[in-house]
Amino acid sequence: MTEIIVVTSGKGGVGKTTTSASLATGLAQRGKKVAVIDFDVGLRNLDLIMGCERRVVYDFINVIQGEASLKQALIRDKRLDNLYVLAASQTRDKDALNQEGVEKVLDDLEQNDFDYVVCDSPAGIEKGAHLAMYFADHAVVVVNPEVSSVRDSDRILGLLASKTRRAENGNGEVRQHLLLSRYHPVRVAAGEMLSVTDVEEILGLSVVGVIPESEQVLAASNAGVPVILDEASAAGQAYLDTVARILGEERPLRFLDAPRKGILKRMFGG
Amino acid sequence: MGILDFLRNKPAPSANIARERLRIIVAQERSTRGGPDYLPLLRSELLEVIRKYVHVEPDAVNVSLESDSGHDVLELSVALPESERGHG
Repeated sequence: MTEIIVVTSGKGGVGKTTTSASLATGLAQRGKKVAVIDFDVGLRNLDLIMGCERRVVYDFINVIQGEASLKQALIRDKRLDNLYVLAASQTRDKDALNQEGVEKVLDDLEQNDFDYVVCDSPAGIEKGAHLAMYFADHAVVVVNPEVSSVRDSDRILGLLASKTRRAENGNGEVRQHLLLSRYHPVRVAAGEMLSVTDVEEILGLSVVGVIPESEQVLAASNAGVPVILDEASAAGQAYLDTVARILGEERPLRFLDAPRKGILKRMFGG
Repeated sequence: MGILDFLRNKPAPSANIARERLRIIVAQERSTRGGPDYLPLLRSELLEVIRKYVHVEPDAVNVSLESDSGHDVLELSVALPESERGHG
């Protein structure tokens, strides 16, 4: 059985591609056979974050249109043997995606014994986002502690409950996981930013992970290495915990508290 | 609070404002979710009619559709301002 995970959010720029890359890499590190697919047709980016942008020959649309086989289009990760990337088309528009084509690719991945397919959704709620979530078994909804992101993610939660194959077939619900990213414990402590509890209460869902704002996320995307592989970084460790929780393990949340300030910093600010 | 904090231009704590605004808008959007597409338009037209007679705030009209064992109930509530009470 192949489990399909959509990484979605509604709002752009919240960390969907960073999350897709890290979750796929983390699941592959755990020995699972994983494919990660970029659904953002016309604005390909997952290849850059995964560091395979110069090895893209065929893309997702080529496979859907029958111009290349799935095998030709899957790019094997250089770090992990059981991890594959399917890039989005950079030249077509989103109308080149269709439901039958996406279903066929997902079925082919199942035939090839993939354990997980991670679907990196584009922002918005239009065709690409709809097709990225339509076949999902799990959804990771990436949300930032910020008003527009929280509101948009509630809209996405509504769509997951109604506009997916599982919802339409009455085949159980898509399992929803809330992932809070770009979290800044110091600002939360100062009352300047929504807390984990605030976001959980507003959306009525508990978080599967909290990714702290971290300089290492930018460094990782600069280098084309998913941040989960930077195991010294707080963000990398937070993603490792998140992957473990998705696999059903219990891990306490970390990186939620502001670092304690010394007496001098407390007096003079810092 | 550091001694020098008042010299700096630090943002005032605003997370509680964000929380309250989100609670209201999320509840409102959830109440019309899955309902017919005409609900938001119905709400704004009702608001216009009511405003001909009473001055109410834009968020004073609440329209929701509840499904209850086989039949749907369209629920409409209007919060009147303090001064209008008792005038009919």
